[in-house]
Amino acid sequence: MSFQQYKVLKRKPLRWWEKLYLPQILMGLKTTFGIMIRKPVTLKYPEERPVIPKGYRGVPTLVKDQEGREKCVSCQLCEFVCPAKAIRVTPGEVDPDSPHARVQEKAPAEFQINMLRCIYCGMCQEVCPESAIHLQDIYSLNGYSRESLVLNKEQLYKIGGTLPDKELKWAKKDNAVAEKH
Amino acid sequence: MNEFSLALIECYNGWGWGQLPTDPESVAVTSAILKAIIAVGIVLATMGGCLYAVLLERKVAAWCQGRVGPCRTTFPMLMWFPVVGRILTYCGFIQPLADGGKLFLREEPIPGHVTKWLYHLAPCLALAPALVTLVMMPFTSYIDPETGKETAMMLCNMNPGFVFVVAVSSLGAYGTILAGWSSNSKYPFLASMRIGAQVISYELCIVTSILPIVLLTAANTDANPLSFFSIVSQQSDWWNIMLVPVSAIIYFSAMLAEMGRLPFDVPESETDTVGGFHTEYGTFKFGLFFVGEYLHIILGSIIFTLFFLGGWHILPFLPQIDGVWGSVLGLCCLLFKAFCLMFLIVWIRWTLPRFRFDQVMHLCWKALLPIAIVNLLAYFVIVTFIDLA
Ligand code: SF4
Ligand code: SF4
Repeated sequence: MSFQQYKVLKRKPLRWWEKLYLPQILMGLKTTFGIMIRKPVTLKYPEERPVIPKGYRGVPTLVKDQEGREKCVSCQLCEFVCPAKAIRVTPGEVDPDSPHARVQEKAPAEFQINMLRCIYCGMCQEVCPESAIHLQDIYSLNGYSRESLVLNKEQLYKIGGTLPDKELKWAKKDNAVAEKH
Repeated sequence: MNEFSLALIECYNGWGWGQLPTDPESVAVTSAILKAIIAVGIVLATMGGCLYAVLLERKVAAWCQGRVGPCRTTFPMLMWFPVVGRILTYCGFIQPLADGGKLFLREEPIPGHVTKWLYHLAPCLALAPALVTLVMMPFTSYIDPETGKETAMMLCNMNPGFVFVVAVSSLGAYGTILAGWSSNSKYPFLASMRIGAQVISYELCIVTSILPIVLLTAANTDANPLSFFSIVSQQSDWWNIMLVPVSAIIYFSAMLAEMGRLPFDVPESETDTVGGFHTEYGTFKFGLFFVGEYLHIILGSIIFTLFFLGGWHILPFLPQIDGVWGSVLGLCCLLFKAFCLMFLIVWIRWTLPRFRFDQVMHLCWKALLPIAIVNLLAYFVIVTFIDLA
Protein backbone atom coordinates (compact mmCIF):
# COMPACT_ATOMS: atom_id res chain seq x y z
CA MET A 1 0.00 0.00 0.00
CA SER A 2 1.37 3.35 -0.88
CA PHE A 3 1.03 6.08 1.70
CA GLN A 4 1.59 9.00 -0.55
CA GLN A 5 -0.22 9.48 -3.75
CA TYR A 6 0.90 12.48 -5.64
CA LYS A 7 1.24 13.67 -9.15
CA VAL A 8 4.47 15.20 -10.39
CA LEU A 9 3.80 18.29 -12.42
CA LYS A 10 6.29 19.01 -15.18
CA ARG A 11 7.57 22.53 -15.01
CA LYS A 12 7.67 23.99 -18.47
CA PRO A 13 10.77 25.95 -19.44
CA LEU A 14 10.19 29.69 -19.67
CA ARG A 15 9.17 30.98 -23.06
CA TRP A 16 11.19 33.78 -24.58
CA TRP A 17 8.83 36.56 -23.59
CA GLU A 18 8.70 35.22 -20.05
CA LYS A 19 12.47 35.49 -19.92
CA LEU A 20 12.16 39.18 -20.73
CA TYR A 21 10.50 39.84 -17.33
CA LEU A 22 8.64 42.76 -18.83
CA PRO A 23 5.18 41.12 -19.19
CA GLN A 24 5.34 39.96 -15.58
CA ILE A 25 6.41 43.40 -14.40
CA LEU A 26 3.46 44.90 -16.26
CA MET A 27 1.11 42.36 -14.64
CA GLY A 28 2.53 43.32 -11.25
CA LEU A 29 2.01 46.99 -11.96
CA LYS A 30 -1.57 46.23 -12.98
CA THR A 31 -2.17 44.43 -9.68
CA THR A 32 -0.85 47.28 -7.56
CA PHE A 33 -2.79 49.79 -9.64
CA GLY A 34 -5.95 47.82 -8.92
CA ILE A 35 -5.23 48.15 -5.21
CA MET A 36 -4.44 51.85 -5.59
CA ILE A 37 -7.88 52.70 -6.93
CA ARG A 38 -9.68 50.52 -4.38
CA LYS A 39 -11.08 51.97 -1.17
CA PRO A 40 -8.46 51.84 1.60
CA VAL A 41 -8.93 48.98 4.03
CA THR A 42 -7.70 50.91 7.05
CA LEU A 43 -9.84 53.13 9.26
CA LYS A 44 -8.97 56.67 10.32
CA TYR A 45 -9.16 55.57 13.90
CA PRO A 46 -10.52 58.06 16.38
CA GLU A 47 -13.13 59.35 13.93
CA GLU A 48 -13.94 56.01 12.34
CA ARG A 49 -14.33 53.05 14.67
CA PRO A 50 -14.49 49.40 13.78
CA VAL A 51 -17.79 47.54 14.25
CA ILE A 52 -17.35 45.37 17.33
CA PRO A 53 -18.58 41.81 16.74
CA LYS A 54 -21.02 40.15 19.12
CA GLY A 55 -19.34 38.24 21.92
CA TYR A 56 -16.30 40.51 21.90
CA ARG A 57 -14.33 40.34 25.14
CA GLY A 58 -13.54 43.87 26.27
CA VAL A 59 -13.45 45.48 29.72
CA PRO A 60 -15.02 43.23 32.41
CA THR A 61 -17.61 45.11 34.50
CA LEU A 62 -20.27 44.48 37.08
CA VAL A 63 -23.87 44.80 35.91
CA LYS A 64 -27.25 45.33 37.55
CA ASP A 65 -30.53 43.79 36.46
CA GLN A 66 -33.51 45.69 35.10
CA GLU A 67 -34.83 46.39 38.60
CA GLY A 68 -31.58 48.10 39.50
CA ARG A 69 -30.59 45.30 41.81
CA GLU A 70 -26.94 44.46 42.39
CA LYS A 71 -26.64 40.98 40.91
CA CYS A 72 -23.33 40.01 42.47
CA VAL A 73 -23.71 37.87 45.60
CA SER A 74 -19.98 38.05 46.40
CA CYS A 75 -19.44 34.32 46.08
CA GLN A 76 -15.86 35.07 45.01
CA LEU A 77 -15.87 32.40 42.30
CA CYS A 78 -14.61 34.94 39.81
CA GLU A 79 -11.81 35.92 42.12
CA PHE A 80 -10.70 32.29 42.36
CA VAL A 81 -11.00 31.49 38.69
CA CYS A 82 -9.31 34.62 37.41
CA PRO A 83 -6.01 33.39 35.90
CA ALA A 84 -4.44 36.81 36.17
CA LYS A 85 -5.55 37.45 39.74
CA ALA A 86 -7.06 40.71 38.64
CA ILE A 87 -10.22 40.57 40.76
CA ARG A 88 -10.44 41.31 44.46
CA VAL A 89 -13.81 40.90 46.15
CA THR A 90 -14.55 42.03 49.72
CA PRO A 91 -17.79 40.24 50.67
CA GLY A 92 -20.44 42.14 52.57
CA GLU A 93 -24.08 42.08 53.65
CA VAL A 94 -26.99 43.48 51.67
CA ASP A 95 -28.20 46.75 53.09
CA PRO A 96 -31.18 45.75 55.40
CA ASP A 97 -33.25 48.69 54.09
CA SER A 98 -33.00 47.53 50.51
CA PRO A 99 -36.20 46.07 48.99
CA HIS A 100 -34.28 42.93 48.09
CA ALA A 101 -32.94 42.33 51.59
CA ARG A 102 -35.64 39.76 52.24
CA VAL A 103 -34.25 37.28 49.73
CA GLN A 104 -30.62 38.27 49.01
CA GLU A 105 -28.22 38.12 51.89
CA LYS A 106 -24.87 39.03 50.43
CA ALA A 107 -23.48 41.67 48.13
CA PRO A 108 -19.91 42.84 47.63
CA ALA A 109 -18.76 45.51 50.06
CA GLU A 110 -15.98 46.34 47.65
CA PHE A 111 -15.15 44.89 44.26
CA GLN A 112 -11.94 45.76 42.45
CA ILE A 113 -10.74 44.73 39.00
CA ASN A 114 -7.20 45.64 38.05
CA MET A 115 -7.45 46.40 34.35
CA LEU A 116 -3.67 46.25 33.97
CA ARG A 117 -3.60 42.64 35.14
CA CYS A 118 -6.74 41.54 33.36
CA ILE A 119 -6.09 39.52 30.20
CA TYR A 120 -9.69 39.74 28.99
CA CYS A 121 -10.09 35.97 28.98
CA GLY A 122 -13.74 36.02 29.98
CA MET A 123 -13.41 33.28 32.62
CA CYS A 124 -15.07 35.48 35.24
CA GLN A 125 -18.13 35.94 33.04
CA GLU A 126 -18.19 32.20 32.36
CA VAL A 127 -18.00 31.19 35.98
CA CYS A 128 -20.33 33.71 37.61
CA PRO A 129 -23.49 31.92 38.83
CA GLU A 130 -25.46 35.17 38.83
CA SER A 131 -24.32 36.60 35.45
CA ALA A 132 -23.21 39.58 37.47
CA ILE A 133 -19.95 40.19 35.65
CA HIS A 134 -19.94 40.89 31.95
CA LEU A 135 -17.25 41.68 29.39
CA GLN A 136 -18.24 44.82 27.52
CA ASP A 137 -17.36 45.90 23.96
CA ILE A 138 -15.06 48.65 25.25
CA TYR A 139 -11.56 48.09 23.89
CA SER A 140 -9.79 51.29 24.81
CA LEU A 141 -9.48 52.06 28.52
CA ASN A 142 -6.77 54.50 29.51
CA GLY A 143 -5.53 56.17 32.64
CA TYR A 144 -2.69 58.38 33.79
CA SER A 145 -1.49 56.13 36.65
CA ARG A 146 -1.47 52.49 37.65
CA GLU A 147 -3.83 53.22 40.53
CA SER A 148 -6.40 54.85 38.30
CA LEU A 149 -6.76 51.62 36.35
CA VAL A 150 -7.73 49.58 39.40
CA LEU A 151 -11.48 50.14 39.09
CA ASN A 152 -13.64 49.95 42.22
CA LYS A 153 -17.22 48.82 42.56
CA GLU A 154 -18.73 52.20 41.83
CA GLN A 155 -16.72 52.67 38.63
CA LEU A 156 -17.45 49.12 37.51
CA TYR A 157 -21.20 49.64 37.87
CA LYS A 158 -20.93 52.96 36.09
CA ILE A 159 -19.30 51.41 33.04
CA GLY A 160 -21.37 48.23 33.28
CA GLY A 161 -24.89 49.65 33.53
CA THR A 162 -27.70 47.12 33.41
CA LEU A 163 -27.92 43.73 31.76
CA PRO A 164 -31.56 42.62 31.78
CA ASP A 165 -32.28 39.11 33.05
CA LYS A 166 -34.70 36.89 31.14
CA GLU A 167 -35.77 35.19 34.32
CA LEU A 168 -36.27 37.36 37.42
CA LYS A 169 -35.55 34.55 39.83
CA TRP A 170 -35.00 36.78 42.85
CA ALA A 171 -38.25 38.64 42.27
CA LYS A 172 -40.04 35.29 42.00
CA LYS A 173 -38.49 34.14 45.23
CA ASP A 174 -39.44 37.44 46.85
CA ASN A 175 -43.09 36.97 45.76
CA ALA A 176 -43.07 33.39 47.05
CA VAL A 177 -41.73 34.55 50.43
CA ALA A 178 -44.36 37.31 50.54
CA GLU A 179 -47.20 34.82 49.82
CA LYS A 180 -46.05 32.50 52.61
CA HIS A 181 -46.20 35.21 55.28
CA MET B 1 25.78 81.88 -24.91
CA ASN B 2 23.57 84.84 -24.09
CA GLU B 3 20.68 83.83 -26.32
CA PHE B 4 18.64 82.82 -23.32
CA SER B 5 19.06 86.15 -21.52
CA LEU B 6 18.48 88.08 -24.72
CA ALA B 7 15.22 86.25 -25.26
CA LEU B 8 14.17 86.99 -21.67
CA ILE B 9 15.05 90.67 -22.02
CA GLU B 10 13.16 90.89 -25.32
CA CYS B 11 10.09 89.32 -23.74
CA TYR B 12 10.26 91.72 -20.81
CA ASN B 13 10.55 94.71 -23.09
CA GLY B 14 7.68 93.39 -25.18
CA TRP B 15 5.36 93.40 -22.16
CA GLY B 16 5.74 97.13 -21.75
CA TRP B 17 6.41 97.18 -18.01
CA GLY B 18 9.61 99.02 -18.64
CA GLN B 19 12.60 98.91 -20.92
CA LEU B 20 15.81 97.06 -20.18
CA PRO B 21 18.85 98.35 -22.09
CA THR B 22 19.96 96.11 -24.94
CA ASP B 23 23.50 97.32 -25.62
CA PRO B 24 26.07 94.48 -25.22
CA GLU B 25 27.60 95.71 -21.95
CA SER B 26 24.37 96.15 -20.02
CA VAL B 27 23.08 92.88 -21.47
CA ALA B 28 26.11 91.12 -19.97
CA VAL B 29 25.33 92.60 -16.54
CA THR B 30 21.58 91.97 -16.75
CA SER B 31 22.15 88.46 -17.99
CA ALA B 32 24.50 87.66 -15.10
CA ILE B 33 21.93 88.91 -12.57
CA LEU B 34 19.07 87.14 -14.33
CA LYS B 35 20.94 83.87 -14.48
CA ALA B 36 21.86 84.06 -10.82
CA ILE B 37 18.23 84.66 -9.87
CA ILE B 38 17.00 81.88 -12.10
CA ALA B 39 19.66 79.46 -10.85
CA VAL B 40 18.66 80.09 -7.23
CA GLY B 41 15.02 79.76 -8.22
CA ILE B 42 15.62 76.45 -9.96
CA VAL B 43 17.57 75.07 -7.01
CA LEU B 44 14.86 76.14 -4.54
CA ALA B 45 12.12 74.72 -6.74
CA THR B 46 13.96 71.42 -7.08
CA MET B 47 14.59 71.14 -3.36
CA GLY B 48 10.92 71.86 -2.71
CA GLY B 49 10.14 69.27 -5.34
CA CYS B 50 12.28 66.78 -3.40
CA LEU B 51 10.24 67.35 -0.25
CA TYR B 52 7.04 66.75 -2.13
CA ALA B 53 8.56 63.75 -3.92
CA VAL B 54 8.84 62.24 -0.45
CA LEU B 55 5.14 62.96 0.02
CA LEU B 56 4.41 61.32 -3.35
CA GLU B 57 6.35 58.26 -2.26
CA ARG B 58 4.49 58.02 1.05
CA LYS B 59 1.10 58.46 -0.56
CA VAL B 60 1.69 55.98 -3.38
CA ALA B 61 3.11 53.48 -0.89
CA ALA B 62 -0.04 53.87 1.17
CA TRP B 63 -2.34 53.49 -1.81
CA CYS B 64 -0.50 50.39 -3.02
CA GLN B 65 -0.97 48.86 0.42
CA GLY B 66 -4.62 49.79 0.79
CA ARG B 67 -3.93 52.58 3.29
CA VAL B 68 -4.71 56.30 3.30
CA GLY B 69 -1.24 57.75 3.88
CA PRO B 70 -0.38 60.95 5.74
CA CYS B 71 -3.63 62.86 6.11
CA ARG B 72 -3.53 64.67 9.45
CA THR B 73 -0.57 67.03 9.71
CA THR B 74 -1.78 70.58 9.39
CA PHE B 75 -1.33 74.18 10.49
CA PRO B 76 -4.10 75.54 12.73
CA MET B 77 -4.41 78.51 10.35
CA LEU B 78 -4.97 76.17 7.42
CA MET B 79 -8.17 74.91 8.98
CA TRP B 80 -9.66 78.41 8.84
CA PHE B 81 -10.15 77.94 5.11
CA PRO B 82 -13.28 75.85 4.92
CA VAL B 83 -12.86 73.37 2.06
CA VAL B 84 -9.34 74.03 0.82
CA GLY B 85 -7.78 73.51 4.26
CA ARG B 86 -9.46 70.18 4.68
CA ILE B 87 -8.43 68.97 1.23
CA LEU B 88 -4.82 70.10 1.67
CA THR B 89 -4.65 68.37 5.05
CA TYR B 90 -6.13 65.21 3.62
CA CYS B 91 -3.56 65.26 0.81
CA GLY B 92 -0.82 65.46 3.43
CA PHE B 93 0.35 68.82 2.11
CA ILE B 94 2.03 69.91 5.35
CA GLN B 95 3.54 66.53 6.10
CA PRO B 96 6.85 67.10 4.21
CA LEU B 97 7.48 70.28 6.23
CA ALA B 98 7.02 68.33 9.44
CA ASP B 99 9.22 65.51 8.15
CA GLY B 100 11.98 67.94 7.17
CA GLY B 101 11.68 70.14 10.25
CA LYS B 102 11.97 67.13 12.51
CA LEU B 103 15.43 66.37 11.11
CA PHE B 104 16.69 69.83 12.12
CA LEU B 105 15.52 69.51 15.69
CA ARG B 106 17.21 66.22 16.50
CA GLU B 107 20.44 65.81 18.40
CA GLU B 108 23.25 64.95 16.03
CA PRO B 109 25.35 62.03 17.22
CA ILE B 110 28.65 61.37 15.41
CA PRO B 111 30.02 57.87 15.99
CA GLY B 112 33.56 57.84 17.45
CA HIS B 113 35.02 55.49 14.88
CA VAL B 114 34.36 57.46 11.70
CA THR B 115 36.85 59.36 9.57
CA LYS B 116 35.52 62.80 10.45
CA TRP B 117 36.13 65.02 7.45
CA LEU B 118 35.12 62.43 4.84
CA TYR B 119 32.10 61.63 6.96
CA HIS B 120 31.03 65.26 6.83
CA LEU B 121 31.94 65.72 3.18
CA ALA B 122 30.04 62.70 1.87
CA PRO B 123 26.45 64.02 2.14
CA CYS B 124 27.41 67.25 0.35
CA LEU B 125 29.14 65.28 -2.39
CA ALA B 126 26.03 63.20 -2.84
CA LEU B 127 23.90 66.28 -3.35
CA ALA B 128 26.07 68.82 -5.19
CA PRO B 129 26.72 67.09 -8.56
CA ALA B 130 23.05 66.44 -9.05
CA LEU B 131 22.31 70.13 -8.55
CA VAL B 132 25.09 71.12 -10.96
CA THR B 133 23.50 69.12 -13.78
CA LEU B 134 20.41 71.31 -13.50
CA VAL B 135 22.39 74.09 -15.16
CA MET B 136 22.72 72.08 -18.35
CA MET B 137 19.10 71.15 -18.76
CA PRO B 138 16.86 72.86 -21.27
CA PHE B 139 13.48 73.30 -19.61
CA THR B 140 11.61 74.77 -22.53
CA SER B 141 12.20 76.70 -25.71
CA TYR B 142 11.11 80.11 -26.97
CA ILE B 143 10.07 80.59 -30.56
CA ASP B 144 10.28 84.14 -31.74
CA PRO B 145 6.89 84.96 -33.33
CA GLU B 146 8.51 87.17 -35.99
CA THR B 147 11.65 85.33 -37.01
CA GLY B 148 10.57 81.81 -36.02
CA LYS B 149 13.95 81.25 -34.42
CA GLU B 150 13.96 78.70 -31.58
CA THR B 151 15.94 79.64 -28.47
CA ALA B 152 16.80 77.19 -25.71
CA MET B 153 15.57 78.19 -22.27
CA MET B 154 18.52 76.85 -20.35
CA LEU B 155 21.16 78.43 -18.17
CA CYS B 156 24.12 77.14 -20.14
CA ASN B 157 23.83 75.71 -23.63
CA MET B 158 27.15 73.94 -23.63
CA ASN B 159 28.15 72.10 -26.81
CA PRO B 160 28.71 68.60 -25.36
CA GLY B 161 25.92 69.20 -22.82
CA PHE B 162 24.65 65.67 -22.70
CA VAL B 163 28.12 64.24 -22.06
CA PHE B 164 28.47 66.68 -19.16
CA VAL B 165 25.16 65.66 -17.64
CA VAL B 166 25.86 61.93 -17.92
CA ALA B 167 29.34 62.37 -16.48
CA VAL B 168 28.54 64.70 -13.62
CA SER B 169 25.31 63.13 -12.46
CA SER B 170 27.06 59.84 -11.78
CA LEU B 171 29.64 61.66 -9.67
CA GLY B 172 26.97 61.62 -6.97
CA ALA B 173 27.89 57.99 -6.43
CA TYR B 174 31.17 59.21 -4.93
CA GLY B 175 29.21 60.72 -2.09
CA THR B 176 27.57 57.45 -1.21
CA ILE B 177 30.76 55.44 -1.71
CA LEU B 178 32.68 57.84 0.55
CA ALA B 179 29.90 57.68 3.12
CA GLY B 180 30.27 53.93 3.36
CA TRP B 181 34.06 54.14 3.34
CA SER B 182 34.38 56.81 6.01
CA SER B 183 31.90 55.13 8.35
CA ASN B 184 34.54 52.51 9.24
CA SER B 185 31.93 49.91 9.86
CA LYS B 186 31.14 46.71 8.03
CA TYR B 187 27.66 47.16 6.65
CA PRO B 188 28.19 50.61 5.14
CA PHE B 189 31.46 49.37 3.70
CA LEU B 190 29.73 46.42 2.03
CA ALA B 191 27.10 48.75 0.71
CA SER B 192 29.63 51.15 -0.73
CA MET B 193 31.43 48.31 -2.51
CA ARG B 194 28.13 47.37 -4.06
CA ILE B 195 27.39 50.92 -5.14
CA GLY B 196 30.79 51.14 -6.79
CA ALA B 197 30.24 47.97 -8.77
CA GLN B 198 26.66 48.78 -9.63
CA VAL B 199 27.23 52.35 -10.78
CA ILE B 200 30.21 51.48 -12.95
CA SER B 201 28.36 48.62 -14.61
CA TYR B 202 25.14 50.45 -15.28
CA GLU B 203 26.92 53.59 -16.46
CA LEU B 204 28.05 51.52 -19.46
CA CYS B 205 24.46 50.56 -20.22
CA ILE B 206 23.33 54.16 -19.93
CA VAL B 207 25.90 55.53 -22.34
CA THR B 208 25.49 52.68 -24.84
CA SER B 209 21.74 53.05 -24.85
CA ILE B 210 21.86 56.80 -25.43
CA LEU B 211 24.30 56.71 -28.34
CA PRO B 212 21.61 55.70 -30.90
CA ILE B 213 19.83 58.95 -30.03
CA VAL B 214 22.95 60.93 -30.79
CA LEU B 215 23.22 59.09 -34.12
CA LEU B 216 19.61 59.91 -34.97
CA THR B 217 20.03 63.54 -33.95
CA ALA B 218 23.15 63.82 -36.06
CA ALA B 219 21.28 62.30 -39.00
CA ASN B 220 18.25 64.58 -38.61
CA THR B 221 19.75 67.98 -37.92
CA ASP B 222 22.76 70.03 -38.81
CA ALA B 223 23.03 71.26 -35.23
CA ASN B 224 25.49 69.85 -32.75
CA PRO B 225 24.13 66.36 -31.90
CA LEU B 226 25.80 66.29 -28.49
CA SER B 227 23.96 69.34 -27.21
CA PHE B 228 20.94 68.64 -25.09
CA PHE B 229 18.92 71.29 -26.83
CA SER B 230 19.25 69.87 -30.32
CA ILE B 231 18.49 66.36 -29.01
CA VAL B 232 15.16 67.63 -27.72
CA SER B 233 14.24 70.06 -30.45
CA GLN B 234 14.55 67.42 -33.18
CA GLN B 235 11.87 65.37 -31.39
CA SER B 236 9.06 67.69 -32.47
CA ASP B 237 7.70 65.04 -34.85
CA TRP B 238 8.87 61.60 -33.77
CA TRP B 239 9.66 61.19 -30.11
CA ASN B 240 12.74 59.12 -29.46
CA ILE B 241 10.81 56.52 -27.52
CA MET B 242 8.99 55.63 -30.75
CA LEU B 243 12.20 55.48 -32.76
CA VAL B 244 14.41 53.67 -30.25
CA PRO B 245 12.10 51.81 -27.82
CA VAL B 246 14.73 49.23 -26.84
CA SER B 247 17.10 51.99 -25.80
CA ALA B 248 14.35 53.58 -23.76
CA ILE B 249 13.71 50.38 -21.79
CA ILE B 250 17.41 49.76 -21.20
CA TYR B 251 18.01 53.36 -20.23
CA PHE B 252 15.07 53.32 -17.82
CA SER B 253 16.27 50.13 -16.06
CA ALA B 254 19.84 51.38 -15.89
CA MET B 255 18.58 54.71 -14.56
CA LEU B 256 16.74 52.93 -11.75
CA ALA B 257 19.96 51.09 -10.94
CA GLU B 258 21.99 54.31 -10.94
CA MET B 259 19.52 55.92 -8.58
CA GLY B 260 19.60 52.88 -6.33
CA ARG B 261 15.84 52.51 -6.56
CA LEU B 262 13.98 49.29 -6.20
CA PRO B 263 14.23 46.70 -7.74
CA PHE B 264 17.95 47.60 -7.79
CA ASP B 265 18.33 49.04 -4.30
CA VAL B 266 20.93 46.55 -3.07
CA PRO B 267 23.18 49.39 -1.78
CA GLU B 268 20.71 50.21 0.94
CA SER B 269 18.79 46.99 1.24
CA GLU B 270 17.55 47.05 4.80
CA THR B 271 17.41 43.28 5.10
CA ASP B 272 21.05 42.52 4.48
CA THR B 273 23.05 45.71 5.07
CA VAL B 274 21.03 47.42 7.87
CA GLY B 275 20.65 50.87 6.28
CA GLY B 276 23.37 50.54 3.65
CA PHE B 277 25.77 53.43 3.25
CA HIS B 278 23.85 55.72 5.61
CA THR B 279 23.78 53.29 8.56
CA GLU B 280 26.06 55.53 10.63
CA TYR B 281 24.34 58.77 9.67
CA GLY B 282 21.63 60.53 11.60
CA THR B 283 19.50 63.66 11.56
CA PHE B 284 20.40 66.34 9.04
CA LYS B 285 23.15 64.42 7.26
CA PHE B 286 20.80 61.52 6.79
CA GLY B 287 18.30 64.07 5.53
CA LEU B 288 20.79 65.21 2.90
CA PHE B 289 21.19 61.66 1.61
CA PHE B 290 17.47 61.27 1.64
CA VAL B 291 16.93 64.48 -0.30
CA GLY B 292 19.75 63.45 -2.64
CA GLU B 293 17.91 60.23 -3.42
CA TYR B 294 14.75 62.08 -4.37
CA LEU B 295 16.73 64.70 -6.24
CA HIS B 296 18.09 61.89 -8.37
CA ILE B 297 14.58 60.69 -9.04
CA ILE B 298 13.45 64.12 -10.14
CA LEU B 299 16.50 64.71 -12.31
CA GLY B 300 16.33 61.19 -13.71
CA SER B 301 12.70 61.74 -14.72
CA ILE B 302 13.51 65.07 -16.34
CA ILE B 303 16.49 63.67 -18.22
CA PHE B 304 14.47 60.68 -19.41
CA THR B 305 11.73 63.04 -20.58
CA LEU B 306 14.29 65.12 -22.47
CA PHE B 307 15.94 62.13 -24.10
CA PHE B 308 12.96 59.98 -24.95
CA LEU B 309 9.63 61.66 -24.32
CA GLY B 310 10.04 64.73 -26.47
CA GLY B 311 10.91 67.18 -23.71
CA TRP B 312 8.64 70.19 -23.93
CA HIS B 313 6.76 69.02 -27.06
CA ILE B 314 3.12 68.56 -26.18
CA LEU B 315 2.27 65.69 -28.52
CA PRO B 316 4.15 64.09 -31.40
CA PHE B 317 3.62 65.94 -34.70
CA LEU B 318 2.07 68.96 -32.94
CA PRO B 319 4.14 72.07 -33.71
CA GLN B 320 5.01 74.23 -30.74
CA ILE B 321 3.08 77.46 -30.18
CA ASP B 322 5.35 80.47 -30.60
CA GLY B 323 5.75 83.29 -28.11
CA VAL B 324 5.89 83.35 -24.34
CA TRP B 325 2.79 81.25 -23.72
CA GLY B 326 4.14 78.51 -25.91
CA SER B 327 7.24 78.39 -23.72
CA VAL B 328 5.19 78.31 -20.54
CA LEU B 329 3.00 75.56 -21.93
CA GLY B 330 6.13 73.65 -22.93
CA LEU B 331 7.54 73.98 -19.42
CA CYS B 332 4.30 72.71 -17.88
CA CYS B 333 4.28 69.85 -20.37
CA LEU B 334 7.84 68.87 -19.45
CA LEU B 335 7.05 68.99 -15.74
CA PHE B 336 3.88 66.97 -16.24
CA LYS B 337 5.72 64.24 -18.14
CA ALA B 338 8.45 64.19 -15.50
CA PHE B 339 5.80 63.91 -12.78
CA CYS B 340 4.19 60.93 -14.51
CA LEU B 341 7.60 59.27 -14.74
CA MET B 342 8.22 59.90 -11.04
CA PHE B 343 4.88 58.32 -10.30
CA LEU B 344 5.90 55.32 -12.40
CA ILE B 345 9.22 55.00 -10.59
CA VAL B 346 7.54 55.10 -7.18
CA TRP B 347 4.85 52.74 -8.38
CA ILE B 348 7.50 50.26 -9.56
CA ARG B 349 9.16 50.47 -6.17
CA TRP B 350 6.02 49.37 -4.37
CA THR B 351 5.35 46.60 -6.87
CA LEU B 352 8.57 44.70 -7.44
CA PRO B 353 10.73 42.81 -4.97
CA ARG B 354 14.45 43.47 -4.77
CA PHE B 355 16.98 41.62 -6.92
CA ARG B 356 19.85 39.80 -5.28
CA PHE B 357 23.20 41.48 -5.85
CA ASP B 358 24.49 38.77 -8.21
CA GLN B 359 21.24 39.04 -10.17
CA VAL B 360 21.75 42.78 -10.52
CA MET B 361 25.22 42.21 -11.94
CA HIS B 362 24.02 39.35 -14.11
CA LEU B 363 21.24 41.48 -15.54
CA CYS B 364 23.67 44.23 -16.42
CA TRP B 365 26.57 42.34 -17.94
CA LYS B 366 24.77 39.40 -19.48
CA ALA B 367 21.50 40.95 -20.57
CA LEU B 368 21.24 44.74 -20.77
CA LEU B 369 24.72 45.53 -22.01
CA PRO B 370 24.79 42.99 -24.90
CA ILE B 371 21.32 44.07 -25.98
CA ALA B 372 22.38 47.72 -25.82
CA ILE B 373 25.46 47.06 -27.94
CA VAL B 374 23.51 45.10 -30.56
CA ASN B 375 20.92 47.87 -30.56
CA LEU B 376 23.61 50.48 -31.09
CA LEU B 377 25.17 48.55 -33.97
CA ALA B 378 21.76 48.07 -35.58
CA TYR B 379 21.03 51.80 -35.48
CA PHE B 380 24.54 52.50 -36.70
CA VAL B 381 23.89 50.41 -39.79
CA ILE B 382 20.40 51.82 -40.34
CA VAL B 383 21.49 55.43 -40.02
CA THR B 384 24.45 54.85 -42.32
CA PHE B 385 22.18 53.34 -44.97
CA ILE B 386 19.73 56.21 -44.72
CA ASP B 387 22.55 58.69 -44.99
CA LEU B 388 23.99 56.95 -48.07
CA ALA B 389 20.63 56.66 -49.77
S1 SF4 C 1 -19.29 38.64 40.16
FE1 SF4 C 1 -20.30 36.68 40.08
S2 SF4 C 1 -18.66 35.21 40.50
FE2 SF4 C 1 -17.86 37.22 41.09
S3 SF4 C 1 -18.35 37.36 43.26
FE3 SF4 C 1 -20.05 38.30 42.17
S4 SF4 C 1 -21.52 36.66 41.93
FE4 SF4 C 1 -19.58 35.68 42.44
S1 SF4 D 1 -11.49 38.59 32.05
FE1 SF4 D 1 -10.15 36.97 32.81
S2 SF4 D 1 -8.40 38.07 33.57
FE2 SF4 D 1 -9.99 39.59 33.33
S3 SF4 D 1 -10.96 39.70 35.32
FE3 SF4 D 1 -12.10 38.21 34.15
S4 SF4 D 1 -11.17 36.24 34.65
FE4 SF4 D 1 -9.72 37.83 35.30
